[in-house]
Amino acid sequence: MDGIIQIEILYLALGYILILLLLVLVRVKRLGKEWEITLASLRMTAQLVLTGFVLTYVFSWQRIWITLIIFAVMEAFAVYTVFGRIKKSLFPALRIVIATSMIIGTSVALAYFLFVIVRVDPWFAPRYFIPVAGMVIGNSMNGISIGIDRLSSGIRSRLDRMEGALMLGASPKEAARPFVKEAFSAGIMPIINNMMGMGIVFLPGMMTGQILAGVAPLNAIKYQIAIMLGIGGAVTITVFLVTELGYRRFFNHHSQIRQEVLDLRL
Amino acid sequence: METPATAQTPAFKLSEIRFKDVLDIESLQIDACRISAIVGPSGGGKTTLLRILNRMTTPDSGRILFFGESVEQMDPVQLRRRVVMLTQMPVIFGGTVDENLLIGCRLAERETPQPQAVTAIMSRVGLDKELDTDAGQLSGGEKQRLALARVMLMDPEVMLLDEPSASLDEETEILIFDLVTEYCRERCKTLVMVTHSERGFTGYYDTLIRIRDGRVEGVTHKNGK
Repeated sequence: MDGIIQIEILYLALGYILILLLLVLVRVKRLGKEWEITLASLRMTAQLVLTGFVLTYVFSWQRIWITLIIFAVMEAFAVYTVFGRIKKSLFPALRIVIATSMIIGTSVALAYFLFVIVRVDPWFAPRYFIPVAGMVIGNSMNGISIGIDRLSSGIRSRLDRMEGALMLGASPKEAARPFVKEAFSAGIMPIINNMMGMGIVFLPGMMTGQILAGVAPLNAIKYQIAIMLGIGGAVTITVFLVTELGYRRFFNHHSQIRQEVLDLRL
Repeated sequence: METPATAQTPAFKLSEIRFKDVLDIESLQIDACRISAIVGPSGGGKTTLLRILNRMTTPDSGRILFFGESVEQMDPVQLRRRVVMLTQMPVIFGGTVDENLLIGCRLAERETPQPQAVTAIMSRVGLDKELDTDAGQLSGGEKQRLALARVMLMDPEVMLLDEPSASLDEETEILIFDLVTEYCRERCKTLVMVTHSERGFTGYYDTLIRIRDGRVEGVTHKNGK
């Protein structure tokens, strides 16, 4: 890690000149986004500074319960973010499916990453656990949002097809099969695209950060591959669970479409 | 297990059926191997009655027996494989005419019919199309015939048809009535059909059930065509 250049606060502040330029441009063009840009810049700065202090504190402590509390907060935040994103197509029975899929999918992938691939010792070491958990949860959150939204909108816009299939004697599983398939593909598509372009179209943030911090590129790449496999696994498990468990919530125990779903007909 | 249907055996016996403020039926019997027409003003509960027979809708209270067995005790999916319902607007699944004909058997986990059976049913319903035609390109009448052919290929014990001729011209309507009643009579099937066209269907039914405001106003038996 020798030779890393420390950024002076004064020079870091000069970086904000780029934002000022952007604000001038937006003003001249009358795009009316000055407030959003200012807020986003301030939030980004404040959130990162705060995270820096929290991580400094957490890394110095290495306590299992601190790591687990942070993990729980991240999971809760991700689940509520998903609820917020898809509130139009959300009915109560889906909430539990989303939360369960998120927790199981990310925990399994994270455990595999920590215990099998990187073999972190102790496993709760926050400097490994927290950044990796953040990436795994963040990507799973996107996958779940897309998957459940596509499942719900697909079913609600083609209720006639699903009812027609049930009337012919299809099981709920068969009746919902095309929608589940479509939702699963949509949910995992971003991570597939991400892996396809990795290293050529863009260099991922974590790897760039490690290289800037002085880690040898080949070592940084090994970590990046491991992380991508962890993320890919987590997204696949969470999207699989949310679509496979999710479609069942569209039916009642008489194998009929639930009234809440009919009320949300598109 | 399929119960052998004979004439005069009740296929369905309903007692004290209530559903919201839509249906209020004290008692109703629908005979097996017979053609029953349900008529009445729109909004009177005809479609709901049909949906209750194959448990697409569950009544708030009451009892329904299907060949003597309570439908509450039956797996709804298995019941629907024996009591197949066709809606007013035929559902066309994506794909070709062939795929649409076979999907009923596939969804109900029945054996795939032989190609000869498929072509025979096509000619029976008067659907003069190639099997690889895109089903989405068919006209309204052709779609209705396709949906009917799909159900016939499944060969269920009971067919529930909800105004199958509502959007069709008179000529196609007569063809559909002829086709479906002849099919049911020759195979001793039970047919329950909601129709807006009592006059048009006069020559076909054995039993006429009048529904008004969710109640059975009267049941008339007669010899069919």
